[in-house]
Amino acid sequence: MIPEFGLFSLILALCFAFVLMTAGFYRPLAVLQRPATFGMCAFVCLSFILLVYGFMQDDFSVSYIAQNSNTQLPFMYKLCAVWGGHEGSLLLWVFILSLWTLGVTFLSRSLPANIMCSLYAVLGAIHAGFLLLLLHTSNPFLRLLPSMPTDGADLNPLLQDPGFVMHPPFLYLGYVGFAIPFAFAMAAMFNPKEVFSWAKWARPYALLAFSFLTIGISLGSWWAYYELGWGGWWFWDPVENASFMPWLVGAALVHALRVSSLKPLFNSWSLLLALCAFILSLVGTFLVRSGVLASVHAFASDPARGVFILYFLAVVMIGSFGLYGIHLQRDQGVSRLRFVSKESFILLGNVIFVTATATVLLGTLYPLIMEVLTHDKISVGPPYYAAVFVPIMLPLLLLMSFAPYTFWEQDSSKALFQRLSKPLLLCAGIIALVGYFTWLSLPAISLVGVVLGILIVISSLFKLRGSFSFNKLGMIFAHFGLGLAVLGISLTTALETEKELQLAVGSTATVANYDVQFAALSELNGPNYIGKQGHFVISKDKQPIANLYPEKRFFTARETMMTETAIDPGFLRDFYIALGERFIDGTWSVRIYIKPFVRWLWLGGILVALGAFIAAMTALQSNHHRRNVV
Amino acid sequence: MSLLHQKRIVLVLMLAVGLCIGVGLVLYALSQNINLFYTPTQLVTETITPNKTIRVGGMVQKGSLKHLDALAVEFTITDFKHETTIRYKGIMPDLFKEGQGVVALGKVGPNGDFVAEQILAKHDENYMPPEIANLKSEKT
Repeated sequence: MIPEFGLFSLILALCFAFVLMTAGFYRPLAVLQRPATFGMCAFVCLSFILLVYGFMQDDFSVSYIAQNSNTQLPFMYKLCAVWGGHEGSLLLWVFILSLWTLGVTFLSRSLPANIMCSLYAVLGAIHAGFLLLLLHTSNPFLRLLPSMPTDGADLNPLLQDPGFVMHPPFLYLGYVGFAIPFAFAMAAMFNPKEVFSWAKWARPYALLAFSFLTIGISLGSWWAYYELGWGGWWFWDPVENASFMPWLVGAALVHALRVSSLKPLFNSWSLLLALCAFILSLVGTFLVRSGVLASVHAFASDPARGVFILYFLAVVMIGSFGLYGIHLQRDQGVSRLRFVSKESFILLGNVIFVTATATVLLGTLYPLIMEVLTHDKISVGPPYYAAVFVPIMLPLLLLMSFAPYTFWEQDSSKALFQRLSKPLLLCAGIIALVGYFTWLSLPAISLVGVVLGILIVISSLFKLRGSFSFNKLGMIFAHFGLGLAVLGISLTTALETEKELQLAVGSTATVANYDVQFAALSELNGPNYIGKQGHFVISKDKQPIANLYPEKRFFTARETMMTETAIDPGFLRDFYIALGERFIDGTWSVRIYIKPFVRWLWLGGILVALGAFIAAMTALQSNHHRRNVV
Repeated sequence: MSLLHQKRIVLVLMLAVGLCIGVGLVLYALSQNINLFYTPTQLVTETITPNKTIRVGGMVQKGSLKHLDALAVEFTITDFKHETTIRYKGIMPDLFKEGQGVVALGKVGPNGDFVAEQILAKHDENYMPPEIANLKSEKT
């Protein structure tokens, strides 16, 4: 009965979503909106909990559970198997949308009634779209009766990993979170009187969504780094691009909202970005879920789902951009910008972000377009992004290092230069020092990256001087974090060492000043796998510095082989060993990497997220305060 | 024409020129960095620019995998009409199996063999590069 209750709650939630939508147009029903929102969210949460319960109980009569779980699967992975497949991850999508909706409902009690009415209607419509998708094409509670299997097919071994427990929820918190600024933007365009005040309401949610998305992307990159076993942390894979595009537009959005929430400036631009951020999230969902792309991320394809999401996407785009067109016609905000001012630099940064997004979008969709037009099957590889995306982002990094020093409205380049002179002097010193040691060993592009990274780090740290505010602290964290990430990326790509070797147990190889000894090999017995574990000792000048235990696991339920890499993490360098295959003579192929500064990448990501989070909390607080005063 | 108008026209012209250059560069980069996909049959029937990185895909022929010295391997892929020999040096992905689909990224060598830089094997039972899936459905 439990799965039927789950399905039934989804249907009830859909009914409540329709009530929300209707009330948006038929105002007498508006009193019902708040209770209907609670009802909708409660039933979505209930159905999610029931699916989790089904996984905990190993209810293999449910087709989805039978495909993604197994009695031998450890408890934690049963939990993450809930979103390991298509149906469950869509349910997670809707579940998180409900959480965000609840959050807004609680925190926006004192907003104007008109705005709230439209806001609920838009959120209801998004719920309805995804609930219909779930019920129509991907019901997670579908039964396998009467012939239910005795045991499940197990979770994809690749996903049986602690990183994967956290990665999808955070990614979705970010993705789906952009629905809230989107809903605020729509509400503002429905109610032209409030069209300038939406920015300060939407800003905390945009910042929160951006913060979660940053964590989600960082976790995903970290997971790929240690789980996929070839030491890469970003592949420009379409699925990664799908999460990266909302991030780029989200970054532009939080900056534009900073301006729009203070003054009626860039308002239409911020509206457009809020629409685009969510639409790109939907495009991402479509790309990932429909299986239209050949991708290293494994997702079963089902055209019916893809077509449904495509229709939904079309409705959202026509609706929101149509409304935006009407908004533009009545928009009369004419404003002047001085070139040297904080506003104009933020706008410039925004333009760069959007351009970069466009190039990523082009690279991601180009194979699809070409296949439709010419039937040629092509793929766009990382060299395209290295050639296009990186040069576009370089000026942005330069801009980032001095734009925080400008004043609002008007400033002069002479005064700006004076304010910048001290940090610049320090940067020059550090760059000279770094350059003295490493100048010739770095390729040009990495060198540019290192210089820009140092500039950003130092200039952000210098902003710590002067008056303190949490908002400023958030900015410093985020910019400092991005600087660290840029340093990490530049240094690790330039300085990493990779070696693939054939090693027998007991033998030693030399990799870049280090001796790597294959000390021992032992048997391994896990809950749902068997395998071998190697023991490697890394030493320098006969002094052992690290022990690594890479594994090779054979998952019995799916009969698949998996590599578990072993990593010795360090602030300045990672040792990374992955076992390859065993040859007839007992030797093993082994992949050894030394990756300097690779940790800085994720450390930077965490700091960016933290910065955005601090700014979000400050913005929420000040919104709350302002309302109490009024 | 006022000074303001002149300024605006210059600004718009600059934007337009910048946009054109940008789009041109992006399209050029794109045309330089796409990898066309070939089946073994297409490798035989079509002329392929040497030293251009392409992808080939097919099913790994049973019993064709040979380990040469020091991590070098050689195997044959087929689309059930023609075959291509692929040479690769390095560690094969976990999910590489004989009789299953594989995509190799690399260049055509001087003697007609395909020298791979990267081997992509299918990720799980449900997933297969779409090109290979097409092959399978064409065969049946």
